Amino acid sequence: MTFSPELEERFSKLLNSYPPGRTRSAVVPMLLYAQDEIGRVSQELVEEVARRCGVTPLQVDEVIGYYSMLHRKPLGKFHVQVCTNICCQVVGGEDLYHHASSMLGVGNKQVTNDGLISLEEVECMGACSWAPAIQINYDFHHRVTPERFDQLIAALRDGSYKQRAS
Amino acid sequence: MIYNEPSPLETKIISQRWTMENSAAIDTYLATDGYVAIRKALEMTPEAIIEELKASSLRGRGGAGFPTGLKWSFVPRNSGKPSYIICNSDESEPGTCKDRLLMENDPHQMIEGMLIAGWTIKSNKGYVFIRGEYRYLIPIVDKAIAEAYERGYLGKNILGSGWDFDLYTHTGAGAYECGEESALLESLEGKRGIPRLKPPFPAVVGAFQCPTILNNCETFSAVPVILRNGGAWFAGLGTPKNGGTRLLCISGHINNPGVYELPLGFPFEQLLNEVCGGMRNGKKLKAVIPGGSSAPVLTAEEVQGLLLDYDSIAKLKSMAGSGGIVILDEDTDIVAVALRTIKFYAHESCGWCIPCREGTTWLKKILTRFHAGFGQQSDIELIGELANNMLGRTFCALGDAAAMPTTGFITKFRSEFEAYLAKNHLTLEDTTPELVAIEAH
Repeated sequence: MTFSPELEERFSKLLNSYPPGRTRSAVVPMLLYAQDEIGRVSQELVEEVARRCGVTPLQVDEVIGYYSMLHRKPLGKFHVQVCTNICCQVVGGEDLYHHASSMLGVGNKQVTNDGLISLEEVECMGACSWAPAIQINYDFHHRVTPERFDQLIAALRDGSYKQRAS
Repeated sequence: MIYNEPSPLETKIISQRWTMENSAAIDTYLATDGYVAIRKALEMTPEAIIEELKASSLRGRGGAGFPTGLKWSFVPRNSGKPSYIICNSDESEPGTCKDRLLMENDPHQMIEGMLIAGWTIKSNKGYVFIRGEYRYLIPIVDKAIAEAYERGYLGKNILGSGWDFDLYTHTGAGAYECGEESALLESLEGKRGIPRLKPPFPAVVGAFQCPTILNNCETFSAVPVILRNGGAWFAGLGTPKNGGTRLLCISGHINNPGVYELPLGFPFEQLLNEVCGGMRNGKKLKAVIPGGSSAPVLTAEEVQGLLLDYDSIAKLKSMAGSGGIVILDEDTDIVAVALRTIKFYAHESCGWCIPCREGTTWLKKILTRFHAGFGQQSDIELIGELANNMLGRTFCALGDAAAMPTTGFITKFRSEFEAYLAKNHLTLEDTTPELVAIEAH
């Protein structure tokens, strides 16, 4: 598989960051970084990561089911994650999730027909003091009201949303 | 960036740089006593550094509250094996959002703390394990690491000491369990994050089966100032055996939720009414979760006169935990909060040990049924019994972390559970397996 030069550079740094003979350590970061670029964890990616890290494809496969951020199916271009854990729940996080679901017309872990937006109800994302919070890809948005949510979605749709670099 | 206004009542020590311009830059750090502590440490023996930490009464800020100096003293310094420094920035305890700010606004402080740990045990390698959801922090921390290399604080022959230390970031990919130290180490090795049998503890058999110092991000971040100002100074900020300040993450039904740095032993009422501006909408306080969602709930009566330190909260059979304090007002539906809490633990149980895997799942099922309106009187006892049977019977603390709050909710707010029984709106005919399945999903 070929990746962007930036990702290749990241991979080579990654593989050199672990002690000798410990390249298995790179499996999870490599999967996540590659998923960010290609949109999902494909079988081809599993085999590629296995080859590069010197492990069996099975050793790669077994972590995919464990880590909730690794997805075999493609997400939307913008993955909208709404936290409903207790700190968000008590200030409207669950209502916000239901609002998001009906507004987007998709359920948990589903993608809109145009492939633009996917929705996920997630566990605590570390924004408890500024709840209710959502993440769009890796960007945090704090104190999100339903009105603010609608504005963000409108911006995703008309292309005016500015994503933070990561 | 900071996301809430600071309070004038704060004691800003480890968060002192947060409001400065370019607070994450090495020049800002160097202009404000940065990397002074490592210079001092390089002139000290490991024993002297550990003594200073012991004198500071610094306790782990991740949740367990274990004395940091003691933890470092357990690491063998002549095992013949390499050793490692691991920073646990896998902050995932519901209610907690402080390590994020430490890394975003002052990554060099954490790096310096890790360096001091590295020098103490003559380790040559360290990793900052950052949760996957905090992906935006990786370029920030990587940049800080690169700056530290450029200025000679990382790499070969640090400040002419002849000692080498390399530091890297490592991302998680979404798993609460990886905040448990031995599961974190498994994850770092590229495996599923399941806990290891202890002992041996990570101090002796840790990262890559080698001696390891593993601390929370806030714990490492407190180390430089302790070496600069002395352990006794730090200890004096708090209460006996509860040294220093800590970052408290306040959420829930209050006017000014936020992350505030306060001395250990700060009075709860003052936190609520003065730092946080009192209850939202003038409501009455019903309950407080004092240390992240794993900490058993405290009632409004219990928190009267409470001092916020490890030992005072432990006396109430709860815990200071990760510093996440959730304020719940009189309108809070405790059954709904209990259900959401157990849903979280059921989702995050790694499945390695049966009492946790099955216990959390069954608690979720029973509470789901209860919350949906077809609970039975006997469920209340059943929930308590199930939770009690999980306690102390799992490899790691996740089983306890799920059982303790559940027991807390059901014993302290039993009347609310009973009130649910009284307003049951579903009949037996409604209790189809499908409904339960949908609700339990």
